[in-house]
Amino acid sequence: MAPMTDANLRHDPPVVAPALEMRGITKRYPGVIANDRIDLKVRPGEIHALLGENGAGKSTLMNILYGLARPDEGEILLDGAPVHIGGPADAISRGISMVHQHFMLVPVLSVAENILLGDETMANAIFLDRKEASRRIHELGARFGFEIDPDEKVGRLSVGWQQRVEILKALYREARVLVLDEPTAVLTPQETKEIFAVLRRLRDEGHSIIFISHKLYEVLEIADRITVIRRGAVVGERLPSETTEDDLAELMVGREVQLTVDRGTSHPTDVALAVTNLVVRNDRGREVVQDVSFEVRAGEIFGIAGVAGNGQDELVEAITGLRKPFAGRIALDGRDITAAGPRELHLLGVGFVPADRQRFGLILSFPLTDNIVLNDYFSPPFARGVVRDEAACLVQANEAIERFDIRTPSPTALAGTLSGGNQQKLVVAREFDRELQLLVLDQPTRGLDVGSVEFIHRQAIAKRDAGTAVLLVSAELDEVLELCDRIGVMYRGKLVAVLDGSSADREKVGLLMATGGRGADASSVLATGTEAG
Amino acid sequence: MVRRIRAALALPAGAITLALVTGAVVMILSSPIVTGHLDPLLPLATYWAIVQGSLLSVNGLVDTMVAATPLILVGLSVALCFKAGLFNIGGQGQFLIGAVAAAGVAAALSTASPWIALPASLVVGVIAGALYGMIAGALKAFTGAHEVVTTIMLNYIAIQVISYLVTGPLREPGASFARSRDVGNAAVPLLFNQGTGHEAHLGILFPFIAVPIVWWLLYRTTLGFEIRTVGANPDVARYAGMRPRFLVMLTMAIGGGLGGLAGGIEILGVQHYMPAAYSTNVGFDAITVALLARANPVGVVFSGLLLGALRAGAPLMQIQAGVPVQMIDLLQGLILFFLAANVLVRKLFGTRATGGVDELQTVARSYGGQKNTSG
Repeated sequence: MAPMTDANLRHDPPVVAPALEMRGITKRYPGVIANDRIDLKVRPGEIHALLGENGAGKSTLMNILYGLARPDEGEILLDGAPVHIGGPADAISRGISMVHQHFMLVPVLSVAENILLGDETMANAIFLDRKEASRRIHELGARFGFEIDPDEKVGRLSVGWQQRVEILKALYREARVLVLDEPTAVLTPQETKEIFAVLRRLRDEGHSIIFISHKLYEVLEIADRITVIRRGAVVGERLPSETTEDDLAELMVGREVQLTVDRGTSHPTDVALAVTNLVVRNDRGREVVQDVSFEVRAGEIFGIAGVAGNGQDELVEAITGLRKPFAGRIALDGRDITAAGPRELHLLGVGFVPADRQRFGLILSFPLTDNIVLNDYFSPPFARGVVRDEAACLVQANEAIERFDIRTPSPTALAGTLSGGNQQKLVVAREFDRELQLLVLDQPTRGLDVGSVEFIHRQAIAKRDAGTAVLLVSAELDEVLELCDRIGVMYRGKLVAVLDGSSADREKVGLLMATGGRGADASSVLATGTEAG
Repeated sequence: MVRRIRAALALPAGAITLALVTGAVVMILSSPIVTGHLDPLLPLATYWAIVQGSLLSVNGLVDTMVAATPLILVGLSVALCFKAGLFNIGGQGQFLIGAVAAAGVAAALSTASPWIALPASLVVGVIAGALYGMIAGALKAFTGAHEVVTTIMLNYIAIQVISYLVTGPLREPGASFARSRDVGNAAVPLLFNQGTGHEAHLGILFPFIAVPIVWWLLYRTTLGFEIRTVGANPDVARYAGMRPRFLVMLTMAIGGGLGGLAGGIEILGVQHYMPAAYSTNVGFDAITVALLARANPVGVVFSGLLLGALRAGAPLMQIQAGVPVQMIDLLQGLILFFLAANVLVRKLFGTRATGGVDELQTVARSYGGQKNTSG
């Protein structure tokens, strides 16, 4: 264990037993040890970050804590007393609550109804005591700094507020140990700040919080103590004051990782992709992309930043031929591709890494060999006439596994058995591994661990340097700032600004993403936009 | 590979076992009706009679094959559609339309050379079934109408169409009941005839041609890859530049063609004319066949033979064990029940789920307003 410093003794009075201790937790699944003698100590009034790559064993450990999985070895202690946790209901009754990454809320029910669900406050044997429930919800909200209307329908709340409902739900059940699974993955930077304020107040009231994340700077900002897990085992415990992002990344990945890939200088040449006055409607007929125009040159990375749901999805679908634009023009190397379908675009040299790899990018129930040729299955060498050549697919798969370091037991393993990072590498291998005119990357690193992120960023830059026009759409501000030569910001369907990547600063882009430039320094931001655009 | 096969076989084997056990319990409980007293050995006698009647004699084997032929062909159709994510309940209608089309052509060509009459009748039967299947496919592709609803409705329409044709244009003048004219020279020749009434027509060979072709289509051709991709994930299919609408229509057409082929073979090989009210359950039994085979074309042969054997063994079972034929329906129903209740079967036999059971998901989604593939 790392030595204690005075600053941290504040949260660690030596006589108090840890609120939660997990000792020597081991969990084996056929062929893998998911948890290997893991020790975790969470003190009262502590935000304890659990850091690890996808598949490192964080979820297994938390499932054990929540009673969803049984450990093969080890014990769990609450306030120093060993307990046996039989299931989620048992965990909740012992004061352990979990806020899942995907909220477990019923959108058509009110805040109060959602909170009561499963732990109803009854006025008598038949009827709910709504008044008492509302009173308690108000009181809890006031105590932790967020007032919420208990009668509002959850479906009408923003993602940030839905998360607060989840936290309220836990507090309503008098949780003392609160587990938050990647709570900021769905939040804007501003919402993240707000939720952090809430978490700090919870901590100051004596709650223990386990904060699961793989965003290093967030962990450093919010945590009082950090436990790093790699391949099922604890590889280190750190205090934020004594560590750095690089140190944590190295612990997490097991080797030195370059967190920010040096993108070097780009050498843009001719315009490859030209989008002119594009209007795209969503499934309900609303114009979610309004009069958007921009150009991407060969040899540059053009980023589109924006909070999710501001029209980026539809813009990407229009460019990649999955959705017909309502108006406007899209051209590739001067050729009109407005009406081109995915097949035609593929043949013209357009690569596309979709945001939702499980929905669009891969067939999870098919082997790697099929997924690697998903766009080319019909042409030689993967097919002769109408007959597929499985040997050729196998060769291609083996090459991809080798070149893109895809971790898989075999080239015929089903894509669904791979970890998220390796699934994405499979998509990247398929889309990157040929000569491209245009590469469209839609949230290419969402949910991936730092090692995979680094890899994909490097590949994208290599593609740019090889003269491909790269369009990167991302809600991750850092990713856009790090990779892009030019940055367009989308807000409510409009491209509100185009900034130069080397001079754009975080605050400015963040503000544009959140307000569309109507904020305090909107005029200056828009001025920059006109210059660059 | 061996492990995958074993895992795939666990569910069907479990379902059959549970169906036989449950069937046995029903038989024992109802044995006082048959024998006058509670007879714990009745199930054994029953199952033994079925085995004897279906497998242990040449006649039994012939009957099994003849009964299994339409089950395998229509089962193959249902299985193929499952691969494309479609639940084809219209095997019945496609079978009937194929049957009446083949009967009509056969009647017209009944005096022509068998070399022309038979192929022409069968081909028209296949085309008619394919077009009939394609109606449901087109409705799905262009309007999003769910194939479960449309194929069921088309089954009823098929009955009416046949009733009109056979009582009208195709009716044999002077026949004592409404039927089409004899197929004459278009009849499928007999493979061998022992003069015992247990005849094996050449049509029993068709499953052994159709199954390898469908298997090859699905697993070796680009079209099969597209069909399976649409079934596994329509969004990916669009992303990969495939044409989900076209594939849905084409798959339904191929499935309908197989149904039409089965109908044609039945008429030209067994019935030799088309009655106005053709009584069959093959379209629905085929769903059991396909599900029992886990929608695998090769598996369809075995599950089709199993159901065919149950049918072929029924008469001897009735004579020897005194158990009514309805017992076969019960067993078949139980098999389907336990296939659908696969979670229960897995629990009982302690086998782990092998990923998703795709064809069962297709079935389950049919009741939940699944989004259509036309996007």
